[in-house]
Amino acid sequence: MTDISDSAARYSPLHDLHVAAGASFTDFAGWQMPVRYSSDLAEHHAVRTAAGIFDISHMAEISVTGPDAARLLDYALAGNISAVAAGKAKYSLILEASGGILDDLIVYAIGDDEYFVVANAGNRDVVVAALQERAAEFDADVDDLTDDIVLIAVQGPNSRSILEQTKGLEIEAFGDLKYYAFTNSTFAGSAVLVARTGYTGEDGYELYVPVKDAVALWNALSAAGESHGLVPCGLASRDTLRLEAGMPLYGHELGLDTLPEQAGLGRVVSLKKTGDFVGRHAVETGAADDSRVLVGLVAEGKRAGRAGYPVMSGDAEVGTITSGALSPTLGYPIAMAYVDRSSSVAGTELTIDVRGSRIAATVVPLPFYKREI
Amino acid sequence: MAESSELQYTAEHEWVLVEGTVATIGITQFAADQLGDIVYVDLPAVGSTIAEGKIVGEIESTKSVGELFAPVNGTVVEANEAVIASPELVNSDPLGAGWLVKVEFETLPELLDLAAYTALTGE
Repeated sequence: MTDISDSAARYSPLHDLHVAAGASFTDFAGWQMPVRYSSDLAEHHAVRTAAGIFDISHMAEISVTGPDAARLLDYALAGNISAVAAGKAKYSLILEASGGILDDLIVYAIGDDEYFVVANAGNRDVVVAALQERAAEFDADVDDLTDDIVLIAVQGPNSRSILEQTKGLEIEAFGDLKYYAFTNSTFAGSAVLVARTGYTGEDGYELYVPVKDAVALWNALSAAGESHGLVPCGLASRDTLRLEAGMPLYGHELGLDTLPEQAGLGRVVSLKKTGDFVGRHAVETGAADDSRVLVGLVAEGKRAGRAGYPVMSGDAEVGTITSGALSPTLGYPIAMAYVDRSSSVAGTELTIDVRGSRIAATVVPLPFYKREI
Repeated sequence: MAESSELQYTAEHEWVLVEGTVATIGITQFAADQLGDIVYVDLPAVGSTIAEGKIVGEIESTKSVGELFAPVNGTVVEANEAVIASPELVNSDPLGAGWLVKVEFETLPELLDLAAYTALTGE
């Protein structure tokens, strides 16, 4: 139900392709993006067993360049970015001084003086503004490239074969490309960054391509994927895939009122790096003892707890679900929830209040699903 | 599968097929498409009394939860066990094998015809 009359809505450069493919659309952070093409479940299973192709052009791409680019990112982000070797990617966080999470990000180290930061669509302006503000004392430039770049993800066990067989796509040293690394490539003469990253829990790739070449690349990938079970996938399957993989979604598991440790992301914060970074003091002080922490919950049956549903221990409310679904891969309900620390140990038996009725749930370690390597 | 023109509709995106004093109730193709893949259906028990406008069941998809509103006053005479076992029937055949409940009704309220319902969904 695309409402073209909504002039405020943003559209992907691939929008017409999605319309032609019969996609349904949903608003995501002001963007009209495909929510599904046919069936959420079919798309989900395709990624687990074959491959799926996603348009995630709404994601924000920000370049950070200049002699102080690494120092700026060490100060502006929670991770030790200057230690990331060229050609590698790193998952990171940008914090407020309070320690709260402004966004989660992937940083690609192009070189010592050039980095590429990918932020969530809904936080684009906030992250660009924060980086620019934090850059004041550094010799580095922060530029929002979102409108110039299309991001296409190809995810699933057949992804590699599909990229290898995509006409016109020349990937440098593809055979050596490790997980969370990227390589320079060309498509139809344009530079394309091919990264072995993703948000599905499967092996897969994310391709950053100039807008002018995006339609041709999508079509070339789709053509190569035909014999490999590749299907176009929408945001609905992307959400159940990332949930099974225990990956947080900003606005659900992450937010300004959450310290990294509460979200299970303490490892992402580098307290060993020298020098100050925004949020350091708050992270070192730590969250209050009565703060809640993120856990996984599994239940039996088919009724899923969903975002906002209360988590109970006996008659006491001890937490709230942030994301939940009937897991398409596992066949039982799964959820991520923030619960009191006393209820957070794996094996703890709790209940979920599903619209007035209680279903039994057990705390489990994340992720729910891990691919066989 | 019933012809969509033979059915009556509600603003809650349900259809009603009237045969004598029994109304068969389901959700429309529009509602099924909006929900996405349906993974769980909760229906009222056979013999239970339902009241027009009240929530009597739930239809859950991977993404969301839809409520089943009673379109009529009456008594449930049959619940579709096939959709409880295979909720995807509601997606694949919402006007046929994906029917939900049959209700012996007392009086039939005013419902929408296909033209009025189509105008409502704008499709």
